[in-house]
Amino acid sequence: MKAFWQLVGRDLAIAWREGGTIGVTLGFYLIVVAMLPLGLGPDLNLLSRIAPGVLWVALLLSALLSLGRLFETDYEDGSLEVMATGPLPLEAVAAAKSLAHWLTTGLPLTVLAPILGLLLNLPLEGYGVLVVTMLAGTPAVSFIGAIGAALTLRARRGGLLLALLMLPLFVPTLTFGISAVGAALMATEAFTPSFLILVAVSLASVVLAPLAAAAALRLQLQ
Amino acid sequence: MAMQTLTQRLANPTRFMALSARLLPWIGALAAALIVLGLYMAFFTAPPDYQQGHTAKIMYVHVPAAWLAMFGYALVAASSFGLLVFRHPLADVSAKAAAPIGAVFTFLCLVTGSLWGKPMWGAFWAWDPRLTSVLILFFLYLGLIALRSSIEDEQLAGNLTAILAIVGIVILPIIRFSVDWNSIHQQPSVSRLGMPAIHPSILWPLLVMAAGMTLLFAALHLKAMRNEILRRRVKALRLVEVQSAAGLAQPAE
Repeated sequence: MKAFWQLVGRDLAIAWREGGTIGVTLGFYLIVVAMLPLGLGPDLNLLSRIAPGVLWVALLLSALLSLGRLFETDYEDGSLEVMATGPLPLEAVAAAKSLAHWLTTGLPLTVLAPILGLLLNLPLEGYGVLVVTMLAGTPAVSFIGAIGAALTLRARRGGLLLALLMLPLFVPTLTFGISAVGAALMATEAFTPSFLILVAVSLASVVLAPLAAAAALRLQLQ
Repeated sequence: MAMQTLTQRLANPTRFMALSARLLPWIGALAAALIVLGLYMAFFTAPPDYQQGHTAKIMYVHVPAAWLAMFGYALVAASSFGLLVFRHPLADVSAKAAAPIGAVFTFLCLVTGSLWGKPMWGAFWAWDPRLTSVLILFFLYLGLIALRSSIEDEQLAGNLTAILAIVGIVILPIIRFSVDWNSIHQQPSVSRLGMPAIHPSILWPLLVMAAGMTLLFAALHLKAMRNEILRRRVKALRLVEVQSAAGLAQPAE
C-alpha cells in the first residue's frame, strides 16, 4: 500500500514540477467552452439549456489531451519496466497512475466547470449538482482512459487513435452525468437513478479498468 | 472430451483450409438461394403493413442486419477470448476477419434504419437509445480496425485488439436492454417464449432472410479467414526467402 501511495505521490510531483500540462488542459477547457457561444450566438436561454451538456463534453475532450501521455513518458525512459519488476503488481501501478491522472486532470477540471458555467448562464440551482456529478463521474474517465492509453502505447498516431477508441466508452458517463444535472435542474425525480448509475459506472471502472490496462501493458513490456 | 478433440482438429490451420474450401461453395450457394427466396416472400407473399404500407418491407433487411451486427461483435469477442486464453493463432485470424464484416452489417442496419425512419418517424435520425447504442457499436468496430492497423507488430496488434474487444463487450447488453428506456423501437417480438407476437405470413420471410444473411455472414467470414491465412503464409514464405538471400548478401536491415 505504501508503494502505491509513493507512486501516486511521484506522479503528482512530476505533474507539479513539469507545470504546463494542468495549465494546458484547463486552458483548452476554457477555450472550447468559450468558442461555443461564439458559434451558437449569444442567446442566453439556449445557452443555459445546453450548458450541462457543453460542460461535460468539453471536459471529456480536455481530459483526453493528457491521457495519451499517461504511460508514454514512463515507457520511453524505461521507468515503466522498473515498476513492472518492482513489488507492486502492474494492476496497482495502472490504478495508481489513473488516480494521479484524476487528481491532476479530473479534479481541476471539475473545479473550473462551475466558473465556466457562468459563461453559459447555467441556472443557479445547477452549480452544486454539476460539481457533485462531475466528482462522481470523472474517475471513470481517468480509469477507463488508462485502458486506451495502455492499448495505444506503441501505436502510430496514438493521440487520435486514443480519442477514437475511448470516446465510445465514455458515453455512459456522459449521458448519465448530463441526465442527472438536467433532472436536478427540472426538479424531477429522475436525479437519483441517473446519479446512482453514474457512481456505479465509476466504481466498476475503478475496479475493472486497471485489470485491462495492466494486461495491455504486460503484452508490451515483454 | 470428444468436443475438445473436434475443436482441436478444426483449429489446425491446414485442416481448416481443406475443410473450408469444401464447405464454402455450399454455404455461399445456400445463402444466395435463401436470400432470393426470402426477398421473394417479403415482396410477394408477405402482406403490406396496414399503417406503414410497403415501407415496412425494409424490416426484412434491417432486422437480420441488426442481429448480425450484434452476432458479429459477439464472434469477435469470443475469438478474442480464445486468443487471450488459449493462445490460438486461428482465433486471432477469426477476430481479425469478423471485425470489418460486422462493421458492414452494423452500417447496413443503420442505413436501412434511417431510410425507414424518414417516412415513419419523419426524420432520418432520432437520438433514441437503441439507435445511439448501435452507433456506438459501429464506433467500437471502427476502433478495433483502427487499433489493429496502427500497430506494426502483428502478434501484439492481435493481442491488444482482443483486450479492447473484450472491454467493449459491455455494449451488447446495453443494446439488448435499450428498448426498455422509453425507446421508440418496439419491444422484442420474435424471441418471446411460446408464440412469437408476429403473424406467420411476416415471420416466415423474416426467418428465411435471417437464415440467408447469417449464412452470408458465415461465407464472408470463412472467405476472409482463408485470405488472412494465405496472406500470413505468403508473408512467412517471403521472410524465408529474404533470410536465405541474406546468406549471400548482407541486407540493409
